[in-house]
Amino acid sequence: MLVEWIIKSVVIVLFMTAGFAYVTLYERRLLARMQTRIGPNRAGPFGLLQPVADGIKLIFKEELVPHNADKLIFTLAPVITVIPALIITAVIPWGDTLTIGGTKITLYLTDVNIGILYLMAVTSISVYGITLAGWSSNNKYALLGGLRATAQMISYELALGLSFVGPILIAGSMSLLDIVKAQSSIPFILLQPAGFIIFFLASLAEVNRAPFDMPEAEQELTAGYHVEYSGMKFALFFMAEYIKLIAVAMIGSTLFLGGYQGPFVDQFPILGPVYLFAKVIIWLGVFIWLRATLPRIRYDRLMAFGWKIMFPIALLNVLVTAVVLVLVGG
Amino acid sequence: MSDVREVTLEELRHLVSERALSGETMLLNMGPQHPSTHGVLRLLLELDGEIVVNCIPDIGFLHTGVEKNMEAKTYQKAEVMTDRLDYLYNIGNNLVYSMAVEKLVNLDVPPRAQAIRVILTELSRIASHLIWLGTSALDLAAMSVFLYGMREREYILDIFELVSGQRMMTTYVRPGGLWRDVPVEFEDAVRNFLKIMPKRLDEYEALLTKNELFLDRTKGIGIISKEDCLAYGLSGPILRAAGMAYDLRKARPYSGYEQYDFDIPTQTDSDIYARYLVRVEEMRQSLRIIRQALDTLPFGPVRSNNYKFVPPPRSEIGTSMEALIHHFKLWTEGFSAPKEYVHAAVESPRGELGVYLEGDGGPKPLRVHYRTPTFVNLQALPLLTRGHFVADVVGIIGSIDIVLGDADR
Repeated sequence: MLVEWIIKSVVIVLFMTAGFAYVTLYERRLLARMQTRIGPNRAGPFGLLQPVADGIKLIFKEELVPHNADKLIFTLAPVITVIPALIITAVIPWGDTLTIGGTKITLYLTDVNIGILYLMAVTSISVYGITLAGWSSNNKYALLGGLRATAQMISYELALGLSFVGPILIAGSMSLLDIVKAQSSIPFILLQPAGFIIFFLASLAEVNRAPFDMPEAEQELTAGYHVEYSGMKFALFFMAEYIKLIAVAMIGSTLFLGGYQGPFVDQFPILGPVYLFAKVIIWLGVFIWLRATLPRIRYDRLMAFGWKIMFPIALLNVLVTAVVLVLVGG
Repeated sequence: MSDVREVTLEELRHLVSERALSGETMLLNMGPQHPSTHGVLRLLLELDGEIVVNCIPDIGFLHTGVEKNMEAKTYQKAEVMTDRLDYLYNIGNNLVYSMAVEKLVNLDVPPRAQAIRVILTELSRIASHLIWLGTSALDLAAMSVFLYGMREREYILDIFELVSGQRMMTTYVRPGGLWRDVPVEFEDAVRNFLKIMPKRLDEYEALLTKNELFLDRTKGIGIISKEDCLAYGLSGPILRAAGMAYDLRKARPYSGYEQYDFDIPTQTDSDIYARYLVRVEEMRQSLRIIRQALDTLPFGPVRSNNYKFVPPPRSEIGTSMEALIHHFKLWTEGFSAPKEYVHAAVESPRGELGVYLEGDGGPKPLRVHYRTPTFVNLQALPLLTRGHFVADVVGIIGSIDIVLGDADR
């Protein structure tokens, strides 16, 4: 059992880190395609070795620490950001039980009965990394970026949390495996359209993606919280951001798009991860598409939007869902 | 270096408010190396949270001494420097300088040269507005528009390369006409561009004009009243967005602009969005002017035949002794201009671009001074940004459409 866990953990962590590398490539190529450019295509076939080249470059870069920075926190901040991103997907089911030669292998690391609470708790940690990075850099741009990140996360965490409640109520469980199984006939996006939209917007803000990428805001704050970071520390922030992107896409697919569910998945459980993977790719494509299209929303508008529009709608959605469930379920 | 004046910190204190001195507000140095200051503008922002209390623009990081250098060159050679001023409106810089020289020495320009000048300056205006559209949208993080704008600008730069051999530093417009006539491919290239561009403009508008997020970032931001515009001497799209239809192409037509039928777009809101609408419409009007100019393009010479000031054609040098002498005199000594001063002005994409030229009787100018729109328009930045968010400051800088080469000569 322990060995199985270790193997699965290693697989997940490796998948997420490799995924991070290739999401950057996916983003750069897709963005280039949308912007009548070519994108990186020199390193390897179709530029497939570009992430490797980038990684090597970043590892060999000099790591600068600003003179007046708080060195301990400055070093710790990228770590605090990246670890939650790595462990977040532990509770996400990749598929059902697979039988190979009589041994049953579950295609998920663990099925915690409070899976969703775990997700919310872990995602909330990474904001500390960003805030601390902004604060410890001793740079005004970084400070503004860190402050924005804090304000943004607080405004969105609530709406995000409330958007989880719909699927929980319908499935009657906080375990992600149960939620996926409850969607075998109909994905929750059809039952919870409002919840889905709220989750989508809040998750964009959660992972600091355009149009909610205020903490970075290249055009205003140059790079925001990671302006003073270089080398591998800088790469860790990017890693956290992209891993969270994959994680959010996975969570979204699990909660609203039926997770690993798809045609024939009952007969061939091995198809589960394939379906999940396909859904994640589509989800990421939409994120990239938005980045290519939309201007950035302003910081104060984002807060107003979060508190005055998203939060009440999310609350209303919970209320309506609960009332309908009581009436229908009797 | 004895005349360097030392300024104590005390003397600069009045630039920021009392609250900055006590540490209540934060002073943020924006630029000169900042992605949204369009080159090397430096802003000292006094921030209360993220709200701008005061903004102090600091220019001069791109100072190249072009005006001073021009005094050391003959009239023809000095023109090469003018390309480098406003690097997005090179042909217009050439044009205004040539117009000043023509005024100073009384040169006539043939109608064909006038019409080609109009076509090229209007193309130049579109190219400049495309860069503005792209960069100001990029400042608001709508990044794709930038690359689409660059794509269309490429057509224009190709046309410039076709006529002059250079994409940007053309020096194609010369005192007395043009360097040479346009090649035969010119008309097709421009017509092709005229065919493509209107559709592409619609595409940009589809991305931005009714985009809620874009409206949110541009409406009601960076407002300046018409009176303030006039008091600060602002010109160009900023003034027109404030409701005043002032355009030198109509007010004091040059190069035969009076023959063409076009409108001056105006708006009354005077915010970033109004400036956006004005500039987009200006691109359409420019296309209209180019189409008319191309349809009525007269045949004939493109250079004045006054060989005292304009080099004779290469073919004549081999057969005419007089032409050889003129050629030799012009390229060794240059021509002498009277001891007078003149002023000429054109409508640049950013506003009124004027040049003051003073001759000293010899072949070199005594003084050349450019009245550049960016330099004047930048004055209003503190007024425009006060009370707005840092995020809006970049939008406002974008809406002024600054070119630092234009501000620091």
